[in-house]
Parts: sequence; structure tokens; C-alpha cells
Amino acid sequence: MNLFIMQKKGLGMIERIVGLGIALLTVAGIAAAQKPNRSAPPPLGAPGTLSLPAIQKFKLSNGLPVVLMEKRGVPIVQINLLVKTGSAMEATDKAGVASMTAAMLDEGAGTRTALEVADAIDFLGARITTNAGQHTSVVALHTPVSKLDAALPLMGDIGMKPTFPVEELDRLRKERMTTLVQWHDQPGTIASVAFSQTLYGSRHPYGVPSIGNEQSLRAMKVSDLKRFHDTYYNPNNVTLIVVGDVGKAEIEKKLESVFGGWKGRTTASVNWPDANQVERRAVYLIDKPGAAQSEIRIGRIGVPRMTQDYFPIIVMNTILGGSFTSRLNQNLREEHGYSYGAGSFFDMRPLPGPFMAYSAVQTNVTDSALFEFFKEFRDIQKSMPEEEFEKAKNYIALGYPDNFESVGQIAGMLAEMITFNLPDNYFNTYVNKVLAVKKADVEQVAREYVLSDKMAVIVVGDKAVIEKGIRGLKLGAVQLKSIEDILGPPPKL
Amino acid sequence: MKRILLLFLLPLAFLRAQEASLSVPYERIELQNGLNVILHEDHTIPRVSVNMWYHVGSGHEKPGRTGFAHLFEHIMFEGSGNVPEGMFDVWLEAAGGDNNGSTNTDRTNYYENMPGNALELALFLESDRLGFLLDAMSPEKVDGQRDVVKNERRQRYENQPYGMVWIVMAQNIYPKDHPYSWPTIGSMADLSAASYDDVVEFFKKYYVPNNASMVIAGDINIEQAKALAAQWFDEIPAGKPVEPIDPPATSLTVEKRLVMEDRVQLPRLYMSWLTPALFKPGDAEMDILANILAGGKNSRLYKRLVYDLQIAQDVSAFQASASLSSSFWIIATARVGHTLAELEAVIQEEIDRLKIEGPAEREVQRATNQYEASFLDGLETSAGKADQLNNYFVRTGNPDYFNEDLGRYKAVRQNDIRAMAQSFLPDGARVVLSVVPQGKKDLSAAESQEVMP
Repeated sequence: MNLFIMQKKGLGMIERIVGLGIALLTVAGIAAAQKPNRSAPPPLGAPGTLSLPAIQKFKLSNGLPVVLMEKRGVPIVQINLLVKTGSAMEATDKAGVASMTAAMLDEGAGTRTALEVADAIDFLGARITTNAGQHTSVVALHTPVSKLDAALPLMGDIGMKPTFPVEELDRLRKERMTTLVQWHDQPGTIASVAFSQTLYGSRHPYGVPSIGNEQSLRAMKVSDLKRFHDTYYNPNNVTLIVVGDVGKAEIEKKLESVFGGWKGRTTASVNWPDANQVERRAVYLIDKPGAAQSEIRIGRIGVPRMTQDYFPIIVMNTILGGSFTSRLNQNLREEHGYSYGAGSFFDMRPLPGPFMAYSAVQTNVTDSALFEFFKEFRDIQKSMPEEEFEKAKNYIALGYPDNFESVGQIAGMLAEMITFNLPDNYFNTYVNKVLAVKKADVEQVAREYVLSDKMAVIVVGDKAVIEKGIRGLKLGAVQLKSIEDILGPPPKL
Repeated sequence: MKRILLLFLLPLAFLRAQEASLSVPYERIELQNGLNVILHEDHTIPRVSVNMWYHVGSGHEKPGRTGFAHLFEHIMFEGSGNVPEGMFDVWLEAAGGDNNGSTNTDRTNYYENMPGNALELALFLESDRLGFLLDAMSPEKVDGQRDVVKNERRQRYENQPYGMVWIVMAQNIYPKDHPYSWPTIGSMADLSAASYDDVVEFFKKYYVPNNASMVIAGDINIEQAKALAAQWFDEIPAGKPVEPIDPPATSLTVEKRLVMEDRVQLPRLYMSWLTPALFKPGDAEMDILANILAGGKNSRLYKRLVYDLQIAQDVSAFQASASLSSSFWIIATARVGHTLAELEAVIQEEIDRLKIEGPAEREVQRATNQYEASFLDGLETSAGKADQLNNYFVRTGNPDYFNEDLGRYKAVRQNDIRAMAQSFLPDGARVVLSVVPQGKKDLSAAESQEVMP
């Protein structure tokens, strides 16, 4: 009942502290007089609304577009150079070129060697990271505002003037081939590589790991990287995203001085091969003798990001496997104790990405776990309880502001907006679009996209223990594979 | 181990001038039952974090019940007197919230992140499991989470390459009866042995308001939040004071050289030493030393092993800080065709050089600058600030210890690093473990004795 204020810091003066203490004692006295009502969860008031700073857009003198969100408070800034091209632009015999180009950007840039670049950035306490995804590549600077003037020219050199020294390419080539060796140890990696390969095949960019394979890594030349960089890293194919404690006038001047003289050129376009959808259920059992668990991946080709069904799908997936209380996690973890966790997602890209359900389950219940996955795939197509549907919508809608707390998160959200040409008011309309989803639409997309008899089933586990049970489920043809069937033999360096 | 930094900025102008004094304003109250409540306002987004620490971890476990503190953490989500099984998560998700918990050697934490309007829901849920957990406990619930935790152990340790190393190393760094000598995840046998009676005993002993502290940070009105905290927690009676752990002295006086086979492609070397406990003199110096050895391309071990010689795939170094004792680690993976003896020789050379010459001034400054910047990153989220306020309060008595913590790093000088290397990285008191592919003991460091996980 008594509250004692032990300490107060921050805004206050002594007088205010004393005053607060008295007020609290009173409030606490009232509260204690009426014991809390535990018969039901306390009612929720109206949720607060997210009010984001404006999205500001402008162009540098060379036409390079900039998207800025000022975020005051913590004196840091995030600047992402978003290149609208990634590994999906590669011919499959050039697999890994986009990724290696990104990795090599800071291995020598401007007048600095690889070691000099790293020392300069580290000494500032800044971070510059580079990487390539399937449809974008990114150079990302994260720095205290106080170090921005020193860090920005470094970022400019890395993005615009990489030197691609051949000895550094040889070093990273060995590093990546060694990574391919290490994948042979990792059941989760093996399962995920096998899943993409099975869905898309080795001629489609989504079917091949973005770091490439032994053959493509061996064949990779500095000229491949230079060509990729010249073609795609230029003002006609990039956007600068700025989020943090900076104003427009200030940052525009700084960006102009670093990036304003960068010359544009025309970028190439590409036609992607069609991927064959999974039309017949089949099991691919990859043997990992002695494994304590089986890694499971189940799914088929899903939807592109700009599907009309985006909102019903994310609500449906939240119910199926997108949150802790989702059906897959409740079933496999909480009801049966087969696993530490299970879930599902739709990976939405410019082209249809995969729908995947996943778990790692105790070896001796692998067949039972698979049975439960397919039970959930069937059940999600039936009418769902109103409460469960409302819970999922609220979970997404009310959780949405969480994506806008750090400068890195906000930069990621803006990158999605740019990549998919979403309208400027998209963030402000998102929550209402989620809340407007109808239950019938959710049930409809479950029937349309969770086709339980047309899925690829990948299991990486101890064949000697699990094969018989899996065959007994009669899910479809069972193909036995080795790890080398999936990854190839470990590369020799 | 990295400490998250946080901050709130006092006057921004100060920070920009580099005279910065990091501070996260807060208020603290102590309820009559001994529960400390710390409050911090941040209206950046309309969300709030509730962060609860119980001052019990795997270090408090008794022999034969390793892994129990963590198993208990799982049980805390399974319902309480007024919260039916499963509804803890359902109600929070329906309000747009997320939650989780974690256990380490020293403490168990729980958090809920949700819209500001759901603060009272979180307080209801947290207070109900503190006050009324046993009203809803059953042997079946214990069994259910026992299976989940065993699968967590399989997923994180047994089915991971090099996964069993952590268990073997802990056993060898600490004496047999030291509470850090067993892993937080526990042994399968002890998890099997955990009983309903153990749950009751553990709950009554450790899950009392006077053994907990709670931070509420985010989109709140501090006075309202204080009143709500009192309303929901006041009725829970205090328990007996929890006695501090009285561990046996740590005493690593020899070099243990071990080799273990695993289903891996590449051999990996682990070296570990006992070092000063969290926030004790020397702890921050060891963080800086780790950065000088393996943080970034120009660090001494990375540059030699990975960049110049290209005989290692990776190398890392870190100070794993904890309240009773810390440990310092160097870990390096050999490339195909190279042995751990080659890696160890280079690592030893670099340690010896640091002991004799110390680091360059720029190396120390580079590391310090990185720590300073990382303190700013820690201030970005309410959840991060909440956990750090709790951490600082528990470890130092001062939730707003940000500036003092950063000050530890800024005070480190070249000579300190040399002195620390001399004092805490002795050749004759450490564990050197080689993990090698099956049948490839010839790839290990010299004179290693076989050890089984």
C-alpha cells in the first residue's frame, strides 16, 4: 500500500518529487482498497496512433532520387544506397556475382585498400555494410551524427568507386567456397537449399543460393564484378534512403557533394524463366545419420508482393503459422511437444516467392509431426472462429508501429515502399487495410494457396529411424537423397 | 558479452559537442512487498515495454536439477490462477503484443511489448503469475514444457555443429561444484528428473516480489503507470529474503588441453580463461582487448589468420561477463588443409606480443569509439532501454548507469590492455579445446586429451 519514491531523475526538481510522492500515496491507497479485479483481463482503451514524420523526396543534380524521414531524438543517422538489382538478374552460370559484387565494394575503394577502408570506418565507430538480396543490393551506413561528415565520403567511395582488387576476390572466393563446405554440417541450411531447389529448379534464380556454387565461384572474374557494378550501380538505378537526426537542407547539401557528380547510364532488363508450380505432392528425404532432430520444410510457390490478396494472406498466415499462438506452433510445440517451434510464411517478392511451413522436430516423432502439419493445412481451409480471426488482425494492425522504432527498421520499410512502388501514404493506410479484411477472404486465400496435396516436403534427418514412418503416411512418392545430391561434394580449395 | 547501450539524450546539443553525458531519465518506486518498479517515458511510437527480472538463474540451481531455472521460465507462460492455459499469449496477441523470456546464469527476464493501451493487461498477466502461479500448476504442464525444452536443447546444442562445445567448456573452466560449471539448458537426465514438487519449491523461494524488479518504458504517463503497478502488485505478499549465492572459489591453475570429435567438416579451436566479473575492474578492459584481437579486419588475429595467412575461415574473441565470474574466449576455425596447431601458434604469438608491447594508441581508440557509438544504438528502442535499465539497477543499484558504463570504456588506456593481457591471459591457466572431424585427431592442437560431450 505504501509507495516510497526512492529516486527520481531526469526532468524534475526536488519540489516536484515531493509532490509526486504525495499524489502516489493517495492513488496507491485507493488502489489497494479495491483489490484488482482478476475475473477477466482488464479492458483495453483506444490504442494510440502512429504519427510518422513526413516522407520527404527530392533529387540530386544528377537525378539521383533521395527519400528522407527526419527522426529526432537519438543523434544517429542511417543512409541506405538502395540498388534496384540483386541476384535475380544473374544468369545461373554467373550465380553469386551480385552477392560477390556487394561483398567486394569495401575491399578497396577510392584511394584506400581494403584494410584502410575498414580502419577508417571502424575508427569512426560507424558501420557500413554491403549486401545483395534477390532483387536489391544495399550499401548501408549507420553512424553517429557527429561522424556523418567523415563517414559519408567513405560510403560514397564504397558505393561508387570500388577498385575490385583481384587478390581480394581470390580471398573472398576461398572464404565462400569454405562456407559451402560448412553448409554440409548444417541441417537447417541443407533443408532450406533443398526446398528452394525443389520449388524453382537450378535454372531459376530463386532456386540457386545467392552466394553461388563451386563452379560459378571458380569461374568468377574481376571483370564480372566490374560489369555488374557498372551496369546496375548508377544514379538511374538507385535511391538514397535517409532516416535519422538530420534536416533536409543539411543532408541535401552533404549528399550532393558526395553523390551529385555520379554519372548515370542505362540499365539492362532481363526476362526471368517461368518456374514450374508443384502439382503433385512428393517427399524428399535427405539423410543426416545420427541427427537428433529432423528439419522439415513444406510448401509450394506462393504469391508476388503486389498480389491483390496481400492483406487476406498475411492474416491467414498469422493464424496458420505467423505468431506464437498460431495453429502450427500450438499444435507441434504446445500440444504435442514435438518441437521448440513451428511456423509458416509467404516470402513475397517481385515474382512469386515461396510459401513455406517449417519446424525442427525430435527424430522419433518425425512422421507424427508431418501428419500434424497436413492436418493444419486441411483445417485452415475450413471456417474459422471469429475470435481467432480478430486476434490475428489485431496482432498485425496494432503491432505495426513496431516497424518504425529504429532508424534501421524505418529505412527497411522505406526500401520496401521504393522497391514495390507503394504510394506515399501506404504506411498510414496499412492498419485500416488490415482491419478491413473479411473472414471470408481469409478462408478463400487459404483454399487458394495452401494446397495440401500439391506441396513439396523436405526432411533432413536420420533416414534409418524416420524413413519407415514417413512412407507409412503415404504423402506421395518418397525420394531418397544425400546431402551431396543437394549441395554437391564439399569444394576442394 | 556485449552490453546494450541505451540512452536518452539529455540535451542533444551536448551530445553533438561530444561532451555528452548519456542519461535515461527514470523514476523508481519500491512497493511495500519489496518489488522495485522503474519507469521511463518515451513517446516515439505508441508502444510500451514491460520488462521483469527475477534475480534467479541457472547459477542458483542445485545439483541434479540443472536446467531447472530455464524450464521454470517456460512454465511461467502456461497460465496462472486467473489466466487459463494458453491465454497469456492469446490475450497479448489480440491486443497487438509480443512477449518472451530468457534465462542465463544470473537472472531470468520476461517482457511484453504492446500498444500503450494494453499496459494494464501486461501488469495483470505479470502480477497474476507472480501471485497465483501455483493455483493453476499441474504435473501435466511440467511434462509438456519438459518436452519443449528438451527439443530446445536438441535444436540449439545436439543438432548443431560444434553445439556441444559450450557444455564441455563450462565443465572444464569451472570447478565441479561451481554454479557456472553446468549449462543453463541443463542435462537431459536432470530435465527428466525435474518434478512438480521442484516447481512448487522453486517458485516459493525465488518468485517473490522482493526478488524481482520491473521496468515500464515507452508511451506511458508515469503517474498512471505507477498507480497501475501498485494496483496490480500490492496484494502479493513478500517472501523470505533470498540469500546470495555462496559459490566455491574459481580456481583454474593449470592449462587443460582437450580434443573432441564432432560431425563437422572443419576443425575449430576454443581457448578460454577466467576473467573479472561483470562491472569489476578489468571487465571493460577485456571487452576492449577482445575488439583489438578480433573486431574488424585490422584486428590482430583477424588480420593475421584470416586476411594475411588465410589459414582460418573465421576468428572471434569476446568477454562473456557474468556476476560471479567472467570468461574470455578466442575461437577460430581452420580452413581445409590447416591444423589447429598452426592456428594456435599464431594466436599465441599475438597474445605474447600484446603482453610485451601492448596495443597502439589507435587500436584502443578505435575500439573505444565503436563502444561509444554502440551506446547510442541502444537508446533507439523502448524494449532495449527497459532491459538495460533493469540490468543496471540489478547490477549497480543505479538504473541510469549509462554514462558510468560508457565511462569505463573511455577510461581504458594502452597500458591497461597490456596489464590485463599479462594478468588474465596466462598460458598456464586456461582451457584449450580442439574440435575435429571424426577420425581426424591429427588436426588438433598439440598434446590434447580426448574428452566426450
